[in-house]
Amino acid sequence: MDRGGLKGSAMSDEKMQRLEALKALYPRLENCVVVTIMGAVAAELQSIGHRPNFFYLQHAMGLASSVGLGIALARPELRVVVLDGDGSVLMNLGGLTTFGRYRPRNLVHVVFDNESLLSVGGFPTATSTGSDLAAIAAAAGVPSSLQVSSLAELESAFAAALDGEKMTTIVAKVAAEGPKQFVTGLGLLENRFEFARYLKGLAK
Amino acid sequence: MAVSIDSSRVIYEALKKAGVRIVSALPETWLVHLIRMAEEDSDMTLVRLAKEEEGVGISMGAYLAGVRSAMLMQNHGFLASVNGIVSGAQLYRIPLLMLISYRGELGERDPWQTEGGGVTEDVLDALRIVYRRLDDPAEVHHRLDQAMTLAYSSLRPVALLLGRDLMWEES
Repeated sequence: MDRGGLKGSAMSDEKMQRLEALKALYPRLENCVVVTIMGAVAAELQSIGHRPNFFYLQHAMGLASSVGLGIALARPELRVVVLDGDGSVLMNLGGLTTFGRYRPRNLVHVVFDNESLLSVGGFPTATSTGSDLAAIAAAAGVPSSLQVSSLAELESAFAAALDGEKMTTIVAKVAAEGPKQFVTGLGLLENRFEFARYLKGLAK
Repeated sequence: MAVSIDSSRVIYEALKKAGVRIVSALPETWLVHLIRMAEEDSDMTLVRLAKEEEGVGISMGAYLAGVRSAMLMQNHGFLASVNGIVSGAQLYRIPLLMLISYRGELGERDPWQTEGGGVTEDVLDALRIVYRRLDDPAEVHHRLDQAMTLAYSSLRPVALLLGRDLMWEES
C-alpha cells in the first residue's frame, strides 16, 4: 500500500501519503500531547512508534477534536496536537465553532483529508465533492486555517502553528490509502491508562 | 414561575466543592443560572457547546489531563451524546459527571419536550448508567459528592437528573 515518500510539491496527480506525512511530523510530535482519531491515522502513527504521550481515540467519531480541546483547556502549559480525519470532522462540524470560540493557543489541529471513510471500505465523503474543510474551519472562527497538499507545505505549516500564537487547523490532502490492518497490538485500555499516567507525571 | 436561583446556587456550590473546574454546557431554560454562575466565576472554565456530545470529549480530555469536569445539559442533550458516551467514555472507562435537567415528565408544559422525558431513564438503564433524581435542594450536596465519588471509583458515567421540583419555582 505504501508507495514510498513523495517529497516536495505534488507535480502530478499523486497525493501525499498520510504515512509519510506522519513520519515528517513525528519528530515534533514527540514533545506534544497527541490525540488521534481511529483507523488509519492511529495504526500508522503506531507503526512509526507508539509513545505514552499519544492517545488514540478509537471510536466516538467526531470527538478527537473535543478531547484535544478538553486537554488543552485543562493544561494550558502543554502543547496539544489533534490528528483528525475528514470523516470525523464532518461528524462534528459544530466542534469547529467551539474551536473558533475558545481558540486555545496551545492546540494544533491537523486534519488528514483523504476524502473517504477508509477503514470501512472507502466510502467517499463530502470533501470529495467540493466541501472544503479549511474554509469551513475559517468560517467557523478558527483563527488560522489552511489546506496543504505537499509534505513541504505540511511541515512548514505545522512548524509555524506549533511555534505561533494562534490556534490552527491544517487540512492535509492525502491519498486514500492505508495500512493492511487497523487493529493493532496496543490495547485501548492499556493506551488510556498509560496516557493518563503520563499526563499526571508531567510537571505542571 | 421561574427557574430557581437558590437551587442553582446550591448545585453550583456542590460542583465547586466536588473539585469541578471545567463545565461544558448547552443551555436550556432550567440551566440558565447555573451557566451564568460558571461564567462569572474566574476559577471555573465554562465551555459553551454547539452540541452536547462535544461535552463528552471535553470531559474525557479533562479527566485524562487530571482535571475534574461536569456536563450540564437537558435530557435531549444526553440523548444527543449517546454515541460519545458509549464509544468514548464507556469504551475507555472514563468517568463523566452529567447534570441533566429532566424535561418532559410530570408538570411539563412544553409539548416538544415530552418524548425525551419518556425515554430518559430507559436509555440510562440501557447504558447501565447509575443515576439519581434530585428534587430537594437539601440533598444536592450529598448526592453530587456521592455521584462524583462513584464516577471516579467505577470509571463510568454517573447522572444526576435535576427534577422540576428542584429547578423550577411555581409561585
